[in-house]
Amino acid sequence: MRFRTLKELAEISGAENKTLAEVMIEDQAAETGASPETIVAQMADYYQKMKEAVRIGLSEQNVSRSGLSGGDAVKVLDLVENGTPSSGDPSSRAMAYALAVSEVNASMGRIIATPTAGSCGIIPGVFVSSQERFGWSDEHMVNGLFAAGAIGYVIANNSFISGAEGGCQAEVGSAIGMAAGAMVELRGGSAEQAMHAVGLALKNTLGLICDPVAGLVEIPCIVRNGLGAVNALAAADMGLAGVRSAIPSDEVVSVMLEVGAAMPSGHRETGQGGLAQTPTGRKLTEGLMRGRKPLEPETEEPRAVQAETVE
Amino acid sequence: MRFKNVFSIIGPSMVGPSSSHTAGAVRIGLIARQLLGTKPSSVKIALYGSFAETYWGHGTDLALAGGLLGYATDDARVAEALEEAERLGIEITFVKGVGMAPHPNTAKLELKAENGRTAQVLGASIGGGTVMIHEMNGFDVRCSGEYPTIVVLHDDRPGVIASLTAVLGASDTNIGYMGVDRKGRSAEAMTVMELDSVPDQRLLTQLRQIEDVKEVTVIHLNGGEAKHQ
Repeated sequence: MRFRTLKELAEISGAENKTLAEVMIEDQAAETGASPETIVAQMADYYQKMKEAVRIGLSEQNVSRSGLSGGDAVKVLDLVENGTPSSGDPSSRAMAYALAVSEVNASMGRIIATPTAGSCGIIPGVFVSSQERFGWSDEHMVNGLFAAGAIGYVIANNSFISGAEGGCQAEVGSAIGMAAGAMVELRGGSAEQAMHAVGLALKNTLGLICDPVAGLVEIPCIVRNGLGAVNALAAADMGLAGVRSAIPSDEVVSVMLEVGAAMPSGHRETGQGGLAQTPTGRKLTEGLMRGRKPLEPETEEPRAVQAETVE
Repeated sequence: MRFKNVFSIIGPSMVGPSSSHTAGAVRIGLIARQLLGTKPSSVKIALYGSFAETYWGHGTDLALAGGLLGYATDDARVAEALEEAERLGIEITFVKGVGMAPHPNTAKLELKAENGRTAQVLGASIGGGTVMIHEMNGFDVRCSGEYPTIVVLHDDRPGVIASLTAVLGASDTNIGYMGVDRKGRSAEAMTVMELDSVPDQRLLTQLRQIEDVKEVTVIHLNGGEAKHQ
């Protein structure tokens, strides 16, 4: 790719008078040797799968294999359709859709990792609800996914996108930043405005730990996806309104790296700290373990592989 | 750059719930199946670290079985993969890995086929569904499966690697990464090469005809889920 930072991404976009999506598609074609048509077709397929996940999540009570989660998306949708949501209809609808996709994920349904499975609800929640609201075409939405991908590519390579490495800020935080920046472009904002929206969004999730109960992608992951979709819409609005991230977005990304590297391992997807180790978190974990036989240790000679750098 | 393309950020398409514990596990199983090259009759799987602690909630066991059946990361049949494996007469047993593993999310698979063929894979799931294989058939060699990869078993003799690369060069096939390990001096060796293009049958035949080359196997995750074009 020709860009390593958000600033470079916005500069290429400005200098060549191209959208973030156009820059991403061109660079992806150059990097992989695949044709732009092939690349766009794959992303279009992914978007259809996201819409399908929203549909399934809203039409069924998706209960997870552990039984810990499920059924919250339809509750929020019911409030949107039959009540008066405090955060307004569009925000609550995005929240319901994001919860729906995350519940589908927890019940072993099919989702698109954006950027991971733990944060797979935010982008579909924002995108699918906004498409319905603004009457956008699928093609427009697919371009939005490339814009989100370009932003995520920079975050992933300068910081992290996995909770095990950098906490929830790296998963849900990254997804909110990606969705916010993409939303600015989808609504006709400039690349610069999009980049500010990314920084504004990321600042709000810095330090967020990854502390899932029993180590499973359910509590609190699903709820964070729902709330993350609302944050993404809000950050996009700030960007579109002309609010600037006083600390440049690339510098915010570097703070995510700094904070994630300093995060104790108990707060990085091990289930050993945070919400997972609250009295209730422990009780839920014990309930899941009850009657479950732990794996027998292997009987052959133990492996002598040396520990290597954990990537 | 750890992440090289847009589909490692948006994607893969997968069944949940975890990109590392589920999608990555499918891929490790699939690579093991490709290395064996046929339907296994029995598979022993040792789970290490977080895989061993949380496999049941993440469906890591189902995912590994799904990969062994040749499923892609987004195949809905992953959820019933253990039952399907049993139906097909594939005996899969899970144990807790003992000793050091290269990563918190690691699995070791030992496969046997009815025709007597065996394969062994030690793989780690490093995040977002991306995997890193650390060991194949007892050789310390690396590959991710993201690129078309050829795995060559050969005798440790001068000139074998030069012959392999000459054949690839003559067919205009670029090598992106390459690793070699041997059991001992002048013993069996394994060379693994990640390529920029899919090798055709003619190229594979040429590689197999090289003196001292015993076996050439292709590993490529792109078969089912077209993540990396």
